[in-house]
Amino acid sequence: MNPAFSVVLLTTASGAGYGMLFWLGVLSAAGVMPVDRWFGIPAVLIALALATIGLLASTLHLGRPERAWRAISQWRTSWLAREGMVSLFTYLPSLGFAAAWGIAGPQSIAAIVLGLLAALCGMLTVFCQAMIYASLKPVRQWHSRIVPPNLLLLSLASGAACLAAMATFWLLRPGRIAAGISLVLCLCAIAAKLSYWRSIDRAPPVATIESATGLGTIGPVRELEAPHTEENYLLRDMGFHVGRKHGDRLRGIALGLGFIIPAILLIIGMIVGNPVAMVLFPIAAATALLGVYVERWLFFAQATHTVTLYYGRTT
Amino acid sequence: MTAIPKQGQKKLGLVIDLDTCVGCHACAVNCKEWNTSGHFAPLTDFDAYQEHPQGVWLNRVHSYEAGTGPDSRTVHFPRSCLHCEQPACVTVCPTGASYKRAEDGIVLVNTEICIGCKLCAWACPYGAREFDEDQGVMKKCTLCIDRIYNENIPEAERVPACVSTCPASARHFGDLGDPDSAVSQLVAERGGFDLMPELGYKPVNKYLPPRRRPKAPEHVEAAPEPTGNGVLRWIDRVLSR
Repeated sequence: MNPAFSVVLLTTASGAGYGMLFWLGVLSAAGVMPVDRWFGIPAVLIALALATIGLLASTLHLGRPERAWRAISQWRTSWLAREGMVSLFTYLPSLGFAAAWGIAGPQSIAAIVLGLLAALCGMLTVFCQAMIYASLKPVRQWHSRIVPPNLLLLSLASGAACLAAMATFWLLRPGRIAAGISLVLCLCAIAAKLSYWRSIDRAPPVATIESATGLGTIGPVRELEAPHTEENYLLRDMGFHVGRKHGDRLRGIALGLGFIIPAILLIIGMIVGNPVAMVLFPIAAATALLGVYVERWLFFAQATHTVTLYYGRTT
Repeated sequence: MTAIPKQGQKKLGLVIDLDTCVGCHACAVNCKEWNTSGHFAPLTDFDAYQEHPQGVWLNRVHSYEAGTGPDSRTVHFPRSCLHCEQPACVTVCPTGASYKRAEDGIVLVNTEICIGCKLCAWACPYGAREFDEDQGVMKKCTLCIDRIYNENIPEAERVPACVSTCPASARHFGDLGDPDSAVSQLVAERGGFDLMPELGYKPVNKYLPPRRRPKAPEHVEAAPEPTGNGVLRWIDRVLSR
């Protein structure tokens, strides 16, 4: 599948934003975040900004961006509509959370309830995003039960890194807590990605050229002649596939940038403390975002669509 | 609504005979010709007269080689929308632009509200949908909805453009929901099959398999050349008849 910049950025940026919002809601409810309103309000806004960048980027992918508002009507059947609806709704508790924090402090009932609601809605949005991919049967690398937990995990890991990067400028302890959470999640993410990649490398194809053409009863089927000499929309959008050689190297880069380097930086920052943490935590967050971007690029580039069977390729 | 409406009895569709298709691409060309001024007009082309022409086509004809050795054969394979009974292209649509008609099962796109998110094309295992990059909306086979119900053209011509043009009569149009229809009879008689049945989309369109050919005779030793003069060879030939 073609890893278009707009869709890759959508899940990367909004994943980190909603992950940050989740930890902000949960950790402030638990009473371990800085209580300063000039921490709380900007933190919520930064998380929302990340999410908004992702959502706006996704509209660049549309053929008719001016009609984007129509995309929330079919929530009964469409995961994309559900994502749109939940992501828009998330702004309400999030902005309410920021307001309640500013007026009554993070430990007020209103802030706790709205913060937890925002956390839940954010994760629900990421889950809906994941289900858009996981519900597509023709793409076997996406149509998998482990895709939603994977995307949620990466969202929570990168979001916690972003929160640590910000919180440590107010107080070291909240920064350390968020960094510790991100560290644990980064280690989980390494295991999750390795198991995902192993499973997609080993899984049998969902269909074959024989079943796609129904000619398997005669014998093995080979493409003799394509219907057209030039590329078409199908081959451009669904025929994109990165080779195994580069794929392996990019997997290493994704793991290194996304999780291993951030984990090392977070450990050093947690041990040494400020002001080193003030330098290392932001670098860890930026690296994690870059790594998740590479990971999400690969999620597309290594996914194969059954339509390519008709063009003599394997899936 | 992108929820699939409760379907009626009628399931209009195509039956494509892979035995008689000669791979002439006339169906694809006539499809393009009709539909570029029909329901989904235009089917945009880019660089149509340049080195790398590209554009939207709703019907594509592949050619394959099936089997090995002397029993292998060339099969031409037209590919277009199968108007599935379980069309994921419809249910994934976030706007309701993609829909399946209850009255005849035809899957269509309302290009007035399509936002061009392309998710429906990803959801289709068969590559039936092509995105019009100029108009920013998705296009697909309409089963020539503007021909089959068109009272302004003679009744005999009220079939999809691809069917009307096929010189080998390899394409048949009819109601596959009616077990007594000519197309249903044809499918039953010839063992018509679904493409990628394992994905569960339940295509309405059916394909008829190439007929089994009699086995090519084994290598036969040539009879030894008769010897002797011309008269004896002539007598030998006459007696050998």
